[in-house]
Amino acid sequence: MDEISQLRLRKAIQNGLPLTQQPYLTLAQELRLTEDQVMQTINDWQDDGMIKRFGLVVKHHTLGYKANAMVVWDIPADKVDEVGELLSLCDAVTLCYQRPRQLPEWNYNLFSMIHGQDRDTVLQQLADIIEQNGLSGFKNDVLFSYKLFKQCGGQYVQASTEKLSKSLVSQGATL
Amino acid sequence: MNLLEQQLIDEYQKGLPVCSRPYLEMGNRLGASESDVVSALTRLKENGMLSRIGPVFNHKKAGASTLAAMAVPEDELAAVAERVNAFEGVNHNYAREHKFNLWFVVTAPDQGQLQTALKEIELSGGYKVMSLPMVKSHFIDLGFKVKWQ
Repeated sequence: MDEISQLRLRKAIQNGLPLTQQPYLTLAQELRLTEDQVMQTINDWQDDGMIKRFGLVVKHHTLGYKANAMVVWDIPADKVDEVGELLSLCDAVTLCYQRPRQLPEWNYNLFSMIHGQDRDTVLQQLADIIEQNGLSGFKNDVLFSYKLFKQCGGQYVQASTEKLSKSLVSQGATL
Repeated sequence: MNLLEQQLIDEYQKGLPVCSRPYLEMGNRLGASESDVVSALTRLKENGMLSRIGPVFNHKKAGASTLAAMAVPEDELAAVAERVNAFEGVNHNYAREHKFNLWFVVTAPDQGQLQTALKEIELSGGYKVMSLPMVKSHFIDLGFKVKWQ
């Protein structure tokens, strides 16, 4: 499948599959591809890691997980890989990334996320994580969310994507 | 939430079948009909339990992305958030309890367009953007294990 078709397929699925009996055929018809091409390409993307996970993407908040805490840590460079691995193994932790510090206003280099039913549950889970993994010597901060302004899938392929817009201009197509 | 809806969330946050009739295959495994699966998924979406049924892309392979933060006076937060949300590349956007109180993820097709978007967001939002791109992931995303009450 050519690069333009791949970009168009990515754009078509980044906000989810259609809920039709044959969703891959529906996509294929919209994009003037075959159902096999669509399925093969999605399989290839799963194999090469472009797609990390393919399935239902839940909204924690509506499922009853009202408390969402971004827990950030200040960990020395020679310990950050180890602590990152430890955190990623904790059941309560739903994300764990290293990010750069931005001194002087931002001192934290390890980011983890905890979703829980309520604030107290999350704070208790964090206290357990700190105790069980011996992390009390590291400075952390807990940033609870208090308002959700937007939540959707990453829009990697955009109307502005250069190749896509050129091809669309030449084809007179719409997305 | 009924049993089928719970089972779908438990079983299919990953490994959605890639075959001609995926909802039929899911139903066969869970002992439900294809139309039951489609209506359950439709309900879950309508009730806001699901963001979507589909791919979670790898940030690094799919394009460029970063976590960005702004420190905004509280009484301007909603208005600034709305201006930030107007950008197509902004997906998650939360108010959080910190001096940096607006946190959002920005994605773009490539690094150049990401940097342009960050500058435009800064101009439109009216406050400095702190960008914290991922350096390393320690997490394998297998979905979220829901504890049903």
